[in-house]
Amino acid sequence: MIEVKNLRKSFNGHEVLKGISAVFEKGKTNMIIGQSGSGKTVFLKSILGLITPDSGEISFDGRIWSQLSPKEQAQIRKEIGVVFQGNALFDSYNIEENISFPLRMFTNKTEKEIIERVNEVLEQVALPGINKKYPAEISGGQQKRVAIARAIVMYPKYLFADEPNSGLDPKTAIRIDDLLHDLTVQYDTTTLINTHDMNSIMEIGEKIILLKDGVKAWEGTKDDIFFSDNPDLNDFIFSSELFRKVKEVIRKVGGL
Amino acid sequence: MEIVLTFLRMTGAYFLLLKKALTRPQKMKIFWENYFRELDDIGLKTVGLISFISFFIGGVVVIQTALNLDNPLIDPSLIGFAAKQSVVLEFSPTLSSVILAGIVGSYIASTIGTMRISEQIDALDVMGINSANYLILPKILAAVTFYPFLIIVSMFLGVLGGWVAGLVTGLVSTPDYIQGIRMGFDPFHFTYSMIKTVIFAFLIATIPSFFGYYVKGGSLEVGRAATKAVIWTSVMIVLWNYILTQLLLS
Repeated sequence: MIEVKNLRKSFNGHEVLKGISAVFEKGKTNMIIGQSGSGKTVFLKSILGLITPDSGEISFDGRIWSQLSPKEQAQIRKEIGVVFQGNALFDSYNIEENISFPLRMFTNKTEKEIIERVNEVLEQVALPGINKKYPAEISGGQQKRVAIARAIVMYPKYLFADEPNSGLDPKTAIRIDDLLHDLTVQYDTTTLINTHDMNSIMEIGEKIILLKDGVKAWEGTKDDIFFSDNPDLNDFIFSSELFRKVKEVIRKVGGL
Repeated sequence: MEIVLTFLRMTGAYFLLLKKALTRPQKMKIFWENYFRELDDIGLKTVGLISFISFFIGGVVVIQTALNLDNPLIDPSLIGFAAKQSVVLEFSPTLSSVILAGIVGSYIASTIGTMRISEQIDALDVMGINSANYLILPKILAAVTFYPFLIIVSMFLGVLGGWVAGLVTGLVSTPDYIQGIRMGFDPFHFTYSMIKTVIFAFLIATIPSFFGYYVKGGSLEVGRAATKAVIWTSVMIVLWNYILTQLLLS
């Protein structure tokens, strides 16, 4: 479980996060949604420690980040898997080297054990046999799955994904969503996904937090979305004619 | 005033980055793998160009010196002496380093900068890896260990190029040239060149790394960072050349 309390962050006097508090549960796909510029990425990067918040508290299963020693923080980092928006695969390494990177860096596994684990995660993301290819030689969807494979190779407790579907076609996007959800269940991770993709929210959003202008505007499940009268949520989710109609139908039938 | 403040901020950030980079690697095996990769990328791949330039510059120095000393009262062996002094003291350590700042500096700044904008450095940081140490230290070590050898090769080829030019043009005879390059040999001149080379190698590895590491934005900013890296590395090489010459030779 990840708990965030009263998180604040400003850049050059402009407050991007205005005291956000949230609890992200274990074994669930927690989604942070909101328009571009709502503070989603800053929020996620603050939790990841890539941005230092001005104030607030972040705890990982009760371990308060700011109170930990560098060694304890390093230990938590090893428990985190991240899928970056642009995948962040190392261009000069092949797929096997990319995925095995954390294993080589932080474990004393033998070469045989490392390759076995790499092959295992490549099977899990349905990309067996591409070990020797380079990131530039595979498609965007495959790169995303390799990034997921690298994120899970160390059996993470916490899985983060920043806009995992950006730039992907709808079919591939659904495959990525399902994969993230399945891995969350399989590895029992606390998963945080930043997205503004409606399909993702409806597909795998077990807990959803809406950010607007740096504040938490709404919180609930995907089922709650259709029955909430929160104006910010309606403005964000049901801005298209199609979704407004879907909402009417779902309200009529009483649920998804 | 703003320029001075920016310069001070950049200098502070540069030394903070060095502090982060100059620490013990987290895993020595991976560090040595990266070191050998860097030896290839920023070392071996520059040998061809530096050798080519050194050979022909040596030749040009001999031809120009010979044409400017066209006086029967001047000992022709002085042409070889002037060529050797120019190559050993200045051309090989300083001019080659400026050339390396262009070739290697832009390469380092653009590769690290691209890693920054494509979140590869964030990925390293999130994993708990000291990204500055992981990316920069192997480059520093590769540069300071390889460039002295490269500069020795450059010196040899510069002197050789001078001899070939003298021979081909008929401006200097082989005995005169050999006598010239043996004349007034001071071993400290070689030491001075090596000290300069090591310091320049450090600048070539670290200044472009600094500009690449702190890139913000997109490909345009990476390009600008590479240009800035080459300019600042060249400026620093020239400044340190002056300081070191003053300290070591005067």
